[in-house]
Amino acid sequence: MTDDKDVLRKVWFGRIPTCFTLYQDEITEREAEPYYLLLPRISYLTLVTDKVKKHFQKVMKQEDVVEIWFEYEGMPLKWHYPIGLLFDLHASNTALPWNITVHFKNFPEKDLLHCPSKDVIESHFMSSIKEADALKHKSQVINEMQKKDHKQLWMGLQNDKFDQFWAINKKLMEYPPEDSGFRYIPFRIYHTTTEQPFIQKLFRPIAADGQLNTLGDLLKEVCPAAINSEDGEKNQVVIHGIEPMLETPVQWLSEHMSYPDNFLHIGILPQPAD
Amino acid sequence: MSEGSEDPASLSPQEGADIPEGGGAAVGVLEPAPAVAVSPVAEEPAGDAKKKIDILLKAVGDTPIMRTKKWTVERTRTIQGLIDFIKKFLKLVASEQLFIYVNQSFAPSPDQEVGTLYECFGSDGKLVLHYCKSQAWG
Repeated sequence: MTDDKDVLRKVWFGRIPTCFTLYQDEITEREAEPYYLLLPRISYLTLVTDKVKKHFQKVMKQEDVVEIWFEYEGMPLKWHYPIGLLFDLHASNTALPWNITVHFKNFPEKDLLHCPSKDVIESHFMSSIKEADALKHKSQVINEMQKKDHKQLWMGLQNDKFDQFWAINKKLMEYPPEDSGFRYIPFRIYHTTTEQPFIQKLFRPIAADGQLNTLGDLLKEVCPAAINSEDGEKNQVVIHGIEPMLETPVQWLSEHMSYPDNFLHIGILPQPAD
Repeated sequence: MSEGSEDPASLSPQEGADIPEGGGAAVGVLEPAPAVAVSPVAEEPAGDAKKKIDILLKAVGDTPIMRTKKWTVERTRTIQGLIDFIKKFLKLVASEQLFIYVNQSFAPSPDQEVGTLYECFGSDGKLVLHYCKSQAWG
């Protein structure tokens, strides 16, 4: 019998084969070869692409190298969204490898946040964890931790150390036995066809009648258009590249399929035609 | 008195003030809201029907306070939009940093919309935000 804990490893070690190509208008001194990399789904683009940056800098003049940014099919990729989410939203149901274009010029100020250093990623990541714990435990668990525990969460992610990360993160996944779940489930629903960046609301894991709330219940309440669109078009509900059953309790999903930032990032995508 | 009956750029029903789009200059002409936070008494349409939300801005540490603390803002306004507005209001130079915190614990990312934060962390009909020139929490 497989243990539910195996799911945590599967999620952690999810990888996306990616081909990075330099944008055609970037000025190079010699031809820039594409660069291939397996990207960890749970990490952030600017955290795992030092090698990509180095590779392309070799063929460029120093003065042409400003801030690196990434784009897929004309869409600037937000580094502060986890990589797996970006792939699911923009590139699922397409052929692998994922073809990402690398830019060093014309930073799209309106679409992307600047990422001048790894410290910025760390602040963003820790802030997300704190926000999630405010929802789950009124911040009690994260506040009781020591500075070194916070650091261990970040270092675990940065160095891809599953055990190091989960030694601390498991405390963030606990709840008092009498409660049978978190206070609220930290989730964000990204509906690719709407204007709003994402939907985030208060949602309890247990319904008023004591039943466990499911993924289907969550969607019905906060994003009904996702499961019954008027024109009969079907949507995919995607987390970490798979479509979990709508009967899955959200508490289970939150404990097992959240990203390291402790949020469930759920993509709502139009069903592919075939 | 109902919201939106007057020119949209005019005062909100409470004693706060509208933050103009683009963080404009029509500020500082109002009496500040009472220092002690009071629940709004005006009748409000339920939840989603309300296009604007009330926020309370509180300074941390040696960051200058704002005479008007209570503001009414569009739900779709981003944290970056608020940061730009406060910086302009306090006449900070563009290069100075400003951090905004929710629950005195986390700094939402600059592209987050205040309406979403209000849904999850608002209480007594308003969202309390702390602002600071240096990193105050974490």
